Amino acid sequence: MTDVLLRLEGLTKAYPGVVANDDVSFDIREGEIHALLGENGAGKSTLVKMIYGLVKPDSGTMTLRGAAFEPAEPRAARAAGVAMVFQHFSLFDALSVAENVALGMENPPKPRDLARQIRDVSETYGLPLDPGRTVGTLSAGERQRVEIIRCLLQNPRLLIMDEPTSVLTPQEVEILFETLRKLASEGTAILYISHKLEEIRSLCDHATVLRLGKKVATCTPADATARELAEMMVGASFETPQKAERPLGEVMLDVRGLSLPAPGAYGTPLREISFQVRAGEILGLGGVAGNGQDELLAALSGERVTAADVIRLRDRPIGTMGPTERRALGVLSGPEERLGHAAAPDMSLTENAVLTGARRMGLLSGGFVNWTKSKGFAEDVIQSFDVRTPGPGTAARALSGGNLQKYVIGREVLQSPEVLVVNQPTWGVDAAAAAAIRQALLNLAAKGAALVVISQDLDELMEVSDRFGALNEGRLSEIRPVDGLTVDEIGLMMGGAHDMEVAHVDG
Amino acid sequence: MDLSSINPVLLIASVMVSATPILLAAIGEMVVEKSGVLNLGVEGMMITGAVVGFAVAVSATSPGLGFVAAAIAGALLSLAFGLLTQYLLSNQVATGLGLTLVGLGLSSLIGKPYEGMKTPTLSKFEIPLLSDLPILGDMLFSHDVMVYFSLLLVAAVWAFLKYTRAGLILRAVGEGHDSAHALGYKVTQIRILAILFGGACAGLGGAYLSLVRVPQWTEGMTAGAGWIALAIVVFASWRAGRVAVGAYLFGGVTVLQLNLQAAGADVPVALLSASPYLITILVLVIISARGVHGAPASLGRPFHASH
Repeated sequence: MTDVLLRLEGLTKAYPGVVANDDVSFDIREGEIHALLGENGAGKSTLVKMIYGLVKPDSGTMTLRGAAFEPAEPRAARAAGVAMVFQHFSLFDALSVAENVALGMENPPKPRDLARQIRDVSETYGLPLDPGRTVGTLSAGERQRVEIIRCLLQNPRLLIMDEPTSVLTPQEVEILFETLRKLASEGTAILYISHKLEEIRSLCDHATVLRLGKKVATCTPADATARELAEMMVGASFETPQKAERPLGEVMLDVRGLSLPAPGAYGTPLREISFQVRAGEILGLGGVAGNGQDELLAALSGERVTAADVIRLRDRPIGTMGPTERRALGVLSGPEERLGHAAAPDMSLTENAVLTGARRMGLLSGGFVNWTKSKGFAEDVIQSFDVRTPGPGTAARALSGGNLQKYVIGREVLQSPEVLVVNQPTWGVDAAAAAAIRQALLNLAAKGAALVVISQDLDELMEVSDRFGALNEGRLSEIRPVDGLTVDEIGLMMGGAHDMEVAHVDG
Repeated sequence: MDLSSINPVLLIASVMVSATPILLAAIGEMVVEKSGVLNLGVEGMMITGAVVGFAVAVSATSPGLGFVAAAIAGALLSLAFGLLTQYLLSNQVATGLGLTLVGLGLSSLIGKPYEGMKTPTLSKFEIPLLSDLPILGDMLFSHDVMVYFSLLLVAAVWAFLKYTRAGLILRAVGEGHDSAHALGYKVTQIRILAILFGGACAGLGGAYLSLVRVPQWTEGMTAGAGWIALAIVVFASWRAGRVAVGAYLFGGVTVLQLNLQAAGADVPVALLSASPYLITILVLVIISARGVHGAPASLGRPFHASH
């Protein structure tokens, strides 16, 4: 048995209207990798913010190596040996790697020494990084290395990692895990936050499960199945979506040589993308964020137009049509950003229903909106997709992320599309709701629609799709049947590990 | 037209005098914008500095005290902007425009009794040895102390932003206030300090107009100098060196067109008067058309440390 590094006792933090953490207690031992599991909104982030000094607990105590630990600000936490790698990177695009590292340190050395130290640490842990590069030009995986190296340079006792793998390819994840195992073997404790259960099972020594702000279980993840862990998080059992055998019909959507320039300074150009989707088929498109997903959705939905022949629906050229015309023909879409792209935040659910469903659901008559019918349609969506809301008059902004996601996907599904393109359909949605959305997509395909599901969640793509392709820098990889596809192959399709090498774990 | 009436030594010397107020205001505003705040009230802070500096210099018969008072007045006015935008989260554009209107109104109120009065002005500070050089000495090294101060300030701001840790933190706050907050930097406090610096610089710039350049108080005497300072910051891509180039270019064309007017050039007067604005913007647009623009990523976005 090793010593306790950090002990949390009865930590409680309430915000107006919600108790984010309610009497949470657990221990983190020296050199262990401790998982913190929970759904969105379970209180994981608040808990680590308290440990890192960003939020003050209302009550409860923390003890670091036997001494009281009450960091008033991150600086104090860092001085005590607590370092944190953020979920949303805390990096500055316009500054160099070295400057970014210096900003995260208490007493940074002179620039020249710092550059040397960055090189040393990055070599020791197999995380190659050039101190002079501007961070804005780095890939997501490389940015994370900047964060990790920034932490490592301070020789932390406890390293907190908040959802570190959501932006990495499988190969990069493996390298990260090697690094973390090496760190743990050197005595650094790691608090690892994630909701990816397989990762936690392979990496972590212990797990603490939070639900609605309360600690509900502690376990050894390797001894539990992913399903058991998921049920601890959700607090109930739920149905895993079932893929039904279904016959494939004619080619519905045919994309040939789709190329578009980047929409803005930080966009991705689309390069020669070609694929076909048949009736009853789901094509899953993976890839690390920012490799052309948004741009592809915009091209398919009609937000950006192309030459007519590039995109065909049942052999009819639709490339020059805008979103309204495509919708009328049955090509619907659900973009990633819920607020502001899929839904107008300050408009009611009924009004949002009219925005995409007006034509197909016959909500217009003579240029006027039939509000009775529109309200009926909105109520239909709310009912069929179990959207928790007081009613269709509620503003879209007032719904929680998961509920709004169910609403915007349901709104498209109920319009019986011929082709449906969705990007990140279950992003930020809890496991039970995600399962419901996936089932709805599968059912839609079973009724004969052709679906393109773009997602960064590989498990989701494996669950719903028949064929899989990956986007990498605006190019589409070869498309392969999902059955028999291995994680390694998927990783290579996604572009591999971007010049990374596995950490040299010293014997 | 009689071009021989233009004396090149006097021309260059007056270019430096003419550029100084804009240079001071622009370098201050650049620091403000580097911290991620857009303060459109430069014109208002300049003219307030001009009138307060003039009033104090006349009353105390000391131009030095006038400059100090002008800096304080500009900083106080900017503090109002800072409190409104940083703590009460008011809209930066609207508040900045309001600040300009307040400054213009306030200055004409304060300045009414001082119209037509004379002020003691800064004496020439002749740099030993260098000022004895033929031609160059009179051109570059026989100015009042504020001209040198403004140039030293540009160099100091450049070095501060590039080499010091505080400068790095200031840039970081302007690049990503959420990231800076997550790392534990006090975004609001840092921005307030930058806003105060910008206000003080604008006040000094205004006082230079009323105490040295003109030297007199007339209502609305800044005549858009604050706006041109704002434009210079943007077109100079937020770089200290280019800000200086822009300010001197504007000052240069202003003086040159005045000389051309005096020499009776055969160009419409309206076009000559507009030429400093047109040429400065044109040149800076051409400079900034190439390469990165480098606007601070958080520029003008309100920050609130919500959880």
